[in-house]
Amino acid sequence: MSTSDFSVSTPIDQVSVEERVARLNKRSIKKESKVQALKLALSMMDLTTLEGKDSEGKVVQLCQKAKLPYAPMPDLPKVAAVCVYPTMVRTAKKHVKGSGIQVASVATAFPSGMAPLSVRIDDTKFAVDEGADEVDMVISRGAFLSGEYNLVFDEIAAIKEACGKAHLKVILETGELHTYENVRKASDIAMEAGGDFIKTSTGKISPAATQPVTLVMLEAIRDYYYRTGKMIGMKPAGGIRTAKQALQYLVLVKETLGAAWLNNEYFRFGASSLANDVLMQIVKQQTGQYQSADYFSVD
Amino acid sequence: MSNTTETKETPYKPTSPNSKLDFASIWEYAPAPESNDHVEIAERYELFIDGKFVKPSKGRYFKSTNPATKEEITEFAEATQADVDKAVKSARKAFNGEWSTLAPKTRGKYLYRIARMLQERAREFAVLESMDGGKPIRESRDVDVPLAAAHFFYYAGWADKLDYAFPGKKPEPIGVCGQIIPWNFPLLMLAWKIAPALACGNTVVLKPAETTSLTALKFAELVKDAGVPAGVVNIVTGAGQTGAEIVNHKDIDKVAFTGSTGVGKLIQKSLAGTDKKFTLELGGKGALIVFEDAPIDQAVEGIINAIFFNQGHVCCAGSRLLVQEGVVDLVVQKLKDRMETLIVGDPLDKNTDIGAINSGQQFDTINSFLEIGVEEGADVYQSKCSIPENGYFIRPTLLTNVAQSNRVVQEEIFGPVLTVQTFRTADEAIDKANNTPYGLAGGVWTDKGSKIFKVGAGLRSGVVWANTYNKFDPTSPFGGYKESGVGREGGLHGLAAYVNLKK
Repeated sequence: MSTSDFSVSTPIDQVSVEERVARLNKRSIKKESKVQALKLALSMMDLTTLEGKDSEGKVVQLCQKAKLPYAPMPDLPKVAAVCVYPTMVRTAKKHVKGSGIQVASVATAFPSGMAPLSVRIDDTKFAVDEGADEVDMVISRGAFLSGEYNLVFDEIAAIKEACGKAHLKVILETGELHTYENVRKASDIAMEAGGDFIKTSTGKISPAATQPVTLVMLEAIRDYYYRTGKMIGMKPAGGIRTAKQALQYLVLVKETLGAAWLNNEYFRFGASSLANDVLMQIVKQQTGQYQSADYFSVD
Repeated sequence: MSNTTETKETPYKPTSPNSKLDFASIWEYAPAPESNDHVEIAERYELFIDGKFVKPSKGRYFKSTNPATKEEITEFAEATQADVDKAVKSARKAFNGEWSTLAPKTRGKYLYRIARMLQERAREFAVLESMDGGKPIRESRDVDVPLAAAHFFYYAGWADKLDYAFPGKKPEPIGVCGQIIPWNFPLLMLAWKIAPALACGNTVVLKPAETTSLTALKFAELVKDAGVPAGVVNIVTGAGQTGAEIVNHKDIDKVAFTGSTGVGKLIQKSLAGTDKKFTLELGGKGALIVFEDAPIDQAVEGIINAIFFNQGHVCCAGSRLLVQEGVVDLVVQKLKDRMETLIVGDPLDKNTDIGAINSGQQFDTINSFLEIGVEEGADVYQSKCSIPENGYFIRPTLLTNVAQSNRVVQEEIFGPVLTVQTFRTADEAIDKANNTPYGLAGGVWTDKGSKIFKVGAGLRSGVVWANTYNKFDPTSPFGGYKESGVGREGGLHGLAAYVNLKK
């Protein structure tokens, strides 16, 4: 397949996208389908800590939470991955060992990406050498907005090569792209350049993930699948804090891409505080009562 | 990845060879029925004449069924000539009495009160509308009832501003209006008819459709509770014969009808030579024109709303899809995949997208059109969703490989059935869209604004939606070209239909 001409935009109608999301938000998720979805959401989580003050101790705690999110219910699913900075990959890897939980590392001069490509490639290689299973890269938004689409493409392809066997998630930072058509274009570039996942945001820019942006990206994934038969994953990240939001995202995936994407190989939530709200809802569904937030560990 | 969840056991397997994507497995929505234990349905409903509920003169009643279950839910009185005459006399008395000379702001006050009471009882009306007519609660709750209230609010505002509505002319009420409404939007069509009529100082005799009279009688209760003077609103139930009695009554000043083109023609014939005014909102066969530069995913969403809204029982439904040749395969593929996600079933379930076909008669009509389509050589595609065994349900349906000369392309089916044709140029699209006796509504999807105006101006159609479909607002006039009707409802234009203009 030849590479698309990225100077040509795929039109997106903003009003209709937002109406579609509003309609999907009216889906009523009750009873067993709610419990199932909450567990699914938990299993799709990339438990994340991305702060300048991150330390080994903090990452160890996060790994414990990832393996056993809520001790009174040991049968609940584990989360999909922990997501950390490259310098924390070794620690994370050690503490999730044998659990099946992936270690994802942000790289490429996260979150701005404002470093020479060679530095970003080295950053990626370092993370992979430390044991990262997945790399979350950022695209050069400045280059994208000034129309240098092929440069963005080449950078992603270069990072993909540096990843080796590690899965590559491409962060578009949609809050800086401003239009749905830009989101669509960036998604197409990322998929064609070799990204295994496309991801909305770093979490450092507001707005982070939104449902309309996610819908536009899911539709890009669907079109790519129609064209190539290849399934690309999706990761909304940042700003998803409540179980209700998580269920709404799952409805978006279910009704846009269907069952094949409803697992943690093809869909992830990037979040730090979402897990506890999901846990609280699961306990509520089982006991009929809300527990105090103090019953859930803050890690 | 080795993290096991319950999702991992089911391998990816599309449900249909026509669809690459699988929407049917892994995670299903549990039933989410809207409760109906708060609504009261009487065993029998009488006629509403002169502010009172009265028995029909011949004592005949007819059953009303819930089309989703085929269960009888209540019965309505059959109004005969004597009852209609009584209703018209009561309306005349009220018109000659206080109503037409009431201070305009007081008329407005009653309309505002009706609007607020509709909002207060919105949930009840929505549930009843879905039980009686089969439409999904999502639509009755989010469209029918709020819009009905909005019409009353809107025309309440006009009541004391009529002198400013028609510069240089003085509007006067017409008198007694006979109004006959269809079964597809029972309460909403009632609002379209009654709100402007009352705002202008007229009184009304309204006949709801025989399969969906429930909310009209509930509305009669509301009118009574609102303290509207007796005789201003009269509601008589019955079938076509009752409607004919209204149309032919000598003391009716204006007839407002929404329904089929066939009946509309009969009405126009019987009104010929009389001085009765009339407005007719009739059938349609709307075209959806999708250009290759359109935002395709959003166009597909618009198509879904155009044809599957209210089971396709919409006079302005977009039932003919015209796609530019270059993108037809993509559009049809996406349409089929989108149709797989439509949930057909219990109208009271909050997740239902398509409810029950309104009546056994309409169910048979739609099915006979599907047979005609097959005989004409069309390829029939229906989504794979499960549908309830009882009740009248039809899966969303696409007819491809059809020609402009086919009956399924020319005639109004009034169900969830969409025909798909192609075009090459904008002129060809306009020609095909206009090549119908109807002209009620149409839609255009393109990313190019100038094309919207060029094509929109070429369509002989009362409404043209651009990059959307089935959007309604009380401020916007609605009505047809050609055999889709005479006159306009809604907005300022809708007021004009209920006044005589004096110099």
